[in-house]
Amino acid sequence: MFDLNTALFGYYPYIVMAVFLLGSWLRFDRDQFTWRAGSSQLLRKRLLRWGSNLFHIGILLLFFGHVFGLLTPPEVYHALGLSTPAKQLLAVVAGGIFGGLCLAGLVLLLYRRLGDPRIRATGSRMDLFVLLLIMAQLALGLFSLPISLRHPDGGNMLLLAEWAQRIVTFRSNAAELVADVHWVFKLHLFLGMTLFLIFPFSRLVHIWSVPIWYLGRPYQIVRRR
Amino acid sequence: MNIRAQIGMVMNLDKCIGCHTCSVTCKNVWTSREGQEYAWYNNVETKPGVGYPKEWENQDKWNGGWRRKTDGSIEPRMGGKWKVLGNLFANPDLPEIDDYYEPFDFDYEHLKTAPDSDTVPTARPRSLITGERMEKIERGPNWEEILGTEFESRSCDRNFEQIQKAIYGEFENTFMMYLPRLCEHCLNPSCLAVCPSGAIYKREEDGVVLIDQDKCRGWRMCISGCPYKKIYFNWRTGKSEKCIFCYPRIETGEPTVCSETCVGRIRYLGVLLYDADRIAQAASTPSEEDLYQAQLDLFLDPFDAAVQAEARKAGIPEAWLEAARSSPVYKMALDWKLAFPLHPEYRTLPMVWYVPPLSPIQSAAESGWIGSDDLLPEVRSLRIPVRYLANMLTAGREEPVVLALERLLAMRAYMRGKTVDGVAKHAVLDRVGLTPRQVEEMYRYLAIANYEDRFVIPTGYREYASAAFDAYGERGGCGFSFGNNCSGGMTRFNPFGAPKITEHRGSPIKVKPKA
Repeated sequence: MFDLNTALFGYYPYIVMAVFLLGSWLRFDRDQFTWRAGSSQLLRKRLLRWGSNLFHIGILLLFFGHVFGLLTPPEVYHALGLSTPAKQLLAVVAGGIFGGLCLAGLVLLLYRRLGDPRIRATGSRMDLFVLLLIMAQLALGLFSLPISLRHPDGGNMLLLAEWAQRIVTFRSNAAELVADVHWVFKLHLFLGMTLFLIFPFSRLVHIWSVPIWYLGRPYQIVRRR
Repeated sequence: MNIRAQIGMVMNLDKCIGCHTCSVTCKNVWTSREGQEYAWYNNVETKPGVGYPKEWENQDKWNGGWRRKTDGSIEPRMGGKWKVLGNLFANPDLPEIDDYYEPFDFDYEHLKTAPDSDTVPTARPRSLITGERMEKIERGPNWEEILGTEFESRSCDRNFEQIQKAIYGEFENTFMMYLPRLCEHCLNPSCLAVCPSGAIYKREEDGVVLIDQDKCRGWRMCISGCPYKKIYFNWRTGKSEKCIFCYPRIETGEPTVCSETCVGRIRYLGVLLYDADRIAQAASTPSEEDLYQAQLDLFLDPFDAAVQAEARKAGIPEAWLEAARSSPVYKMALDWKLAFPLHPEYRTLPMVWYVPPLSPIQSAAESGWIGSDDLLPEVRSLRIPVRYLANMLTAGREEPVVLALERLLAMRAYMRGKTVDGVAKHAVLDRVGLTPRQVEEMYRYLAIANYEDRFVIPTGYREYASAAFDAYGERGGCGFSFGNNCSGGMTRFNPFGAPKITEHRGSPIKVKPKA
């Protein structure tokens, strides 16, 4: 019998992972010319400095917050002296602040993308779709904060983290864990995974190329034949 | 010593007539594409003026080039590596397209389709970015053509530094010159230094600086890093592009398109040998005024047997050494000291050099020109202030510019004496330190400017290159193909299992360069 919960939270994560990894590799190999950040700063500088910086800083902090929050086993943060309710409070406060930064940036970027004739004319539909998807995802994330506060013991958080850990370690019965969580969380999980699904087909691929190794290279590059 | 060869360019500004043929032919060949409408790998500016993009020479505004730190080393003026990465989300030093100009086209179709009317139909402009009607064109690729626009805005030209510029706004004192510009293919490029992806590189064999279009991620730092603003962001592809020094032509021994088509025959191409180990040292010379000399000191004498031996050891082909000995660039920049690098104070060690232009004498009588055959006019009485040229070409040091202008004048005086009056005026030459033989040769190169004297380009040695590998692979690999070519791909492994057609199991015979 078809079970939507199992499909979305048991199988969909693996479909997403496969598309994300294989799609990125194929695009990198076959069509690297299209692999770029897709900056539109040349066409319009206004609003970008605030918009892009706030958005990027906010979303990076949110990303690392989620990695820590979802994938750290409870034993590890307990050993670090962080109790489950305290961790949830930390997540809510940090998530609220970072989410606020990201939201402010995102609003500016969306306003610019929809309102500026140059950006509207030259941007792709995918660029806009990515922004809207992140906006929806962010809204759900912020909306989930008061719901989390209704469970100050952090039990809900434990379920979600356990789900994520089971998924990435290929353990069974992950979907059952989230069967009864609030729909806001479910939708947040689904959109979050969808972001990874569209990743290889959008400008998001520039995240793979974060140029940290620039810090270690000499200034000059000379290529021999 | 680490000898490298580079094909450099010299432009004799004394003969530039500002016809823009170089710009137009270059545009037609390389940048007539969507996303690059506003980009001119080669453009010609009228000086004094703020140029294209607006005020490109103002590094207080754009932060291009290098800065010497207190510890004596240099770093990009935009900031060190951490700062460059910190500006990744929004680059504060990036020009906006309006600093160049919003590209436009005209509704020519309307001229044919307009209904019968009392007035002549017009072709109105339309933006090539938005496709919308443009009510007013605010700027164009050559907005200051022949001193266009008011002096007020043109006088923001940075070369007016330490000049009482107000009087040059008066009609009687006005002056002008043309400045054709392209990528300088620097020895110490700062665009390359700030590229976070490492996509920009300098070719070892001929010094051409290129952007790997596959590796470029569009972080747009190079655009601000280049002090000449000669890297253009393609808003369509999201990648940066720049002058490629027509490398497909250079490799086959042909001059660049801009040089080939120059009707004034002002452009020269030739090989220079230099010591790559001393680049950093030269670029970090303490005083900006000494940078011109420091760059001259980098170049090696192609007639020196020791240099030749070292060059052969470094794998520089014999044809290149031969070309270096008959290089017009070597003659003008090093032998006669007529040509200068553009803005050496940016510390990029640029490789497109300029012979400063002569200009009419302000007051012939005052300068003692009338009635004295053997004397040269005072160079400082020329209409273009020497200081202006020095600010542009030698970071403010006037003596080398004065000597170059005097040598140009002496050449004229000597040759005129010889061919018109039938007298050899050796006194004129003694004053500027030239021999009759040198002057005769200068005359041949500057006045006659034969094609084969202007362009001494050795062909590239593709058969020695590892790239030949690929060429052989393609030949015996997939033959003629359509669409996806040989299914090459960028990474080593084929995601679809089969070995890549461009990968070789055995290594072919290695071809070693002739000693």
